[in-house]
Amino acid sequence: MGLDVKLQKKVNGFVLDIEWQIGNELAVLFGFSGAGKSMTLQLIAGLMKADQGQISLDDVIYFDSSAGTNFPPQERPFGYVFQDLALFPHMTVLQNILYGAVNLPKNEKLERAHGMIRAFKLTGFKERYPHEISGGQKQRVAFARALIRRPKMLLLDEPFSALDRPLRLEMRQFLREVRDNFSIPTILVTHDVEEAFAISDKIIVYEHGKITQIGSPERVKSSPANIYVARLVACDDREDERGESQNEGEP
Amino acid sequence: MEGSILFSVRLSLQVAAVSTALIVLAGIPVAYFLARKDFRGKELIDVLFTLPLVLPPTVTGYYLIILFGRNGFIGRVIYEWTGWSIMFTWYAAVLASFIVALPLMIKTTRAAIESVDRNLINASYTLGHSEFNTALKVILPLAKRGIVAGTVLSFARAMGEFGATLMLAGNLPGRTDTMPIAIYSLAGSGEWSQAHLMVMLMTAMSGVFLYIANRYTKRII
Repeated sequence: MGLDVKLQKKVNGFVLDIEWQIGNELAVLFGFSGAGKSMTLQLIAGLMKADQGQISLDDVIYFDSSAGTNFPPQERPFGYVFQDLALFPHMTVLQNILYGAVNLPKNEKLERAHGMIRAFKLTGFKERYPHEISGGQKQRVAFARALIRRPKMLLLDEPFSALDRPLRLEMRQFLREVRDNFSIPTILVTHDVEEAFAISDKIIVYEHGKITQIGSPERVKSSPANIYVARLVACDDREDERGESQNEGEP
Repeated sequence: MEGSILFSVRLSLQVAAVSTALIVLAGIPVAYFLARKDFRGKELIDVLFTLPLVLPPTVTGYYLIILFGRNGFIGRVIYEWTGWSIMFTWYAAVLASFIVALPLMIKTTRAAIESVDRNLINASYTLGHSEFNTALKVILPLAKRGIVAGTVLSFARAMGEFGATLMLAGNLPGRTDTMPIAIYSLAGSGEWSQAHLMVMLMTAMSGVFLYIANRYTKRII
C-alpha cells in the first residue's frame, strides 16, 4: 500500500533518476532548486511524461512505461496545489471550489463546497474573486478546490513559498490538520529547510536529479548520508535559531 | 438615390455581420489548435490563413474565382448539382469578406489563448476536467478580451472589403454594391455629393470599430 514511484526522465541535459516509496504519511521532497522535485510532482500528476518507470498508488498503476500505461492527469485522483496556487481569476471563491467537484450531482457539489467553505474558514468570502482576498485565504481556497473531490493523494508544489513567515507557520499547522483529517498520502515539495524538518513524517532528499537520503527528519538530522545532506542540516540549525528568536518577538 | 445609399449601408452591415459570425465560428477553433497543439505543418497552416492579410485582395479574389467560380474546383460541383453559382450574389461578398478578415480573428485570438497562464490549464486538468471543458470554462473566458477585439477588427475589415468582393460579387447596383463598391461607382461617375456622404459614413463607422477594438486589446496586455 502507499505510493510507489520509479522514474527516469531526460530534459535538456538534466537527468532525473529516482525511486522511492511512501505510505499514508506526509513526505517532503527536499533539496535545492533545480534538483528535480517539482518535476517529480508533475510526472506523478501526469502533467509530464517520464521516459521510463512506474507510478502506482494502492496497487493502481497510473503509469508504466513497459506496459504502455499512462493515465492522463484527469484520470489520476490526486489533489494538486500549485506554487502560484493557480486560482481561476475569473471565478469567485465558491466557483473555484465547485470547479474541483467534477462529475458529481449538483446538490452534492454545493453541499460539499459549503462544507469546505465552513471547514476552511472562508465563510463570508465565497462571492469574492481571488484578487479580493488575502494570501492565507487564497491558500485555503486552493486546498479546498484540490480536496473537494476527495482525492487519494495530495501533491503540494511549494504552496507556502510566497507567504511571509507568520503566515507560513500558520499554514504549516493548517497542513498538518488537513493531513490528519483527510488521512491521505501527502507530498510536499520545498526547499525551505525549516519547513521540511518541521512538518514531515519522512524526508526524501534530492540532489541533482538523484535521491541522496530517505528517512525520518530525526534520522536525516542525526546521521546525514553525506556532506551535501549535512550541509542542509547545518543550514537548518541556523534557520531554526533565527526562527525561534523571531517567534519570541511576535505576540 | 437616397434609397440606394440606404441599400448599400444595409448590405454592407448584413455582409459584415454574416461573415463575422462565420469568422467567429471558424476562427476560434483554428486559433485554439494553432495556439495549443504541436503538429507538423502547423506554421504552414498559419501562413496559409494569414496570406489574405498581405496579398492584394485581387489575388485573393482570383483564387476564390478559381475555387468557387462556375468552372472552379468547388464551384463546378455546386453548379452541376444545384444549377446555382455563388458568383455575383451577396453570398460571394460574404465569402470574400470571410476569407480576407479571418486572419485578423485568428491572429488576435491565437495570441490571447497563448497568453493564458499554463498553470491554470494544468490546474483544470488535475481537477479532472477534460481538454474540451477546460477550453470552454478556463481558456476561452480568460482569452475573452482578445476574442472580442478580434471579432470587432474582423467586422471592421469585412465592412471595408473591396477588391476580392468586386471580383467575386461584381458591381451590381441594388444587388451586390456594398458601401466600398458603391463609393467606387459614385466617384467613377462623378456623383460627388453622394460619394462624400458614404465616405464620411464609412470613416466614422470604421473609426468607432477601431476604438472599440483598441479598448479591448489594451486591457489584455
